[in-house]
Amino acid sequence: MFDWIVRMADWIVYDVLHLRQGKHLTEALHFFIYDTVKILLLLFVIVFLMGIVNSYFPIDKVRNYLSRKKLYGLEYLMASLFGVVTPFCSCSSVPLFIGFVKGGIPLGVTFAFLVTSPLVNEVAVGLFLGLFGWKTTLIYVLSGILLGTISGMILQRLRLERYLTPWVKQVLTNAQREQDAFVAGKQTFKQRLPIIWQETRNILKGVVPYVIVGIAIGGLMHGYIPEGFFERYMSKSNIFAVPVATLLAVPMYSNASGILPVVQVLVAKGIPLGTAIAFMMGVVGLSLPEAMLLKKVMTFKLIGIFFGVVTLCIIISGYIFNVIF
Amino acid sequence: MSKVIKILGTGCPKCKQMTALVEEVVNENNIDAQVVKVEDIMDIMTYNVLTTPVLVIDENITVKGRVPGKQEILELIK
Repeated sequence: MFDWIVRMADWIVYDVLHLRQGKHLTEALHFFIYDTVKILLLLFVIVFLMGIVNSYFPIDKVRNYLSRKKLYGLEYLMASLFGVVTPFCSCSSVPLFIGFVKGGIPLGVTFAFLVTSPLVNEVAVGLFLGLFGWKTTLIYVLSGILLGTISGMILQRLRLERYLTPWVKQVLTNAQREQDAFVAGKQTFKQRLPIIWQETRNILKGVVPYVIVGIAIGGLMHGYIPEGFFERYMSKSNIFAVPVATLLAVPMYSNASGILPVVQVLVAKGIPLGTAIAFMMGVVGLSLPEAMLLKKVMTFKLIGIFFGVVTLCIIISGYIFNVIF
Repeated sequence: MSKVIKILGTGCPKCKQMTALVEEVVNENNIDAQVVKVEDIMDIMTYNVLTTPVLVIDENITVKGRVPGKQEILELIK
């Protein structure tokens, strides 16, 4: 499928620049060109497709669905699934949280959404496809959904309502199933397209510089780090690798799109996939800026429990992956 | 009568971007409008929105969760 990109990279590196095959710099440059073109292409496709889905299925519909339908225990899974198709901006997490609990959606279900939505977002999926191929992407997406579902169920069990800030508690007591049906704007696809297109451009503009820098760093490492280099330090038998990788990942956020290409090279050089996926979930799914925003609706204790449970689930899934692969 | 344009947002980059764009559009076209930034989350929630930033023109929610282009803003305000 991507042969033509290989040929293009071949042409630029060997024919246009006349670089000799087999040299570190040549290989690094070839890798950089190939990866950049392939990843940006896939990123564009995924962001655009998600934009279309979201245009027809906005967050208001998700809320109304979760708030009105009786789902008999499946609501955690549904919230998690909706999280996949809904783009998430951490600055919206507070209004989203309030809006959900106000609509009578249980706290645990809201958490399920809050976990999966940033974890499995269009940029992460696009990058995963480009960097790791569809199999690993599928595993990442499925485990992201499972992680949100299970974390949500655990958090619901803990009865955390008492740790909400006072004004949110007040909102909760007045909570009611919202009756107002979402009035979908009857727009044709042609009318929606300019908006979808503009959003795609906005999203890409924000991440592309990071991605390119990440691929460049990855390219350099790819050419200079010997195969199997990390196996010595981060082998599967090292039980601390997964938790350390996860804990390192939580404070990283804005540059998630730049970190993924680097992680891909680390995996190629011998870091176990489970450890790498745990690391990436920590980077993508949990962020300190989000925690700071949530302070408006949750006490520190609740934020701590929320992050703690999710971190724990990420670590466990990291171990599971390492056992499977 | 001058229009009241409200921008709802807790101060994220997208909200600031939207405010700047709206102010530009208002100034460039000499539109008689008052631009108000609503940053308090409790005030924002009275509009029953789930995503920010939100563009409210004369108490009508027009755009939510994304930053519109200048042309779109102009058409909405007019």
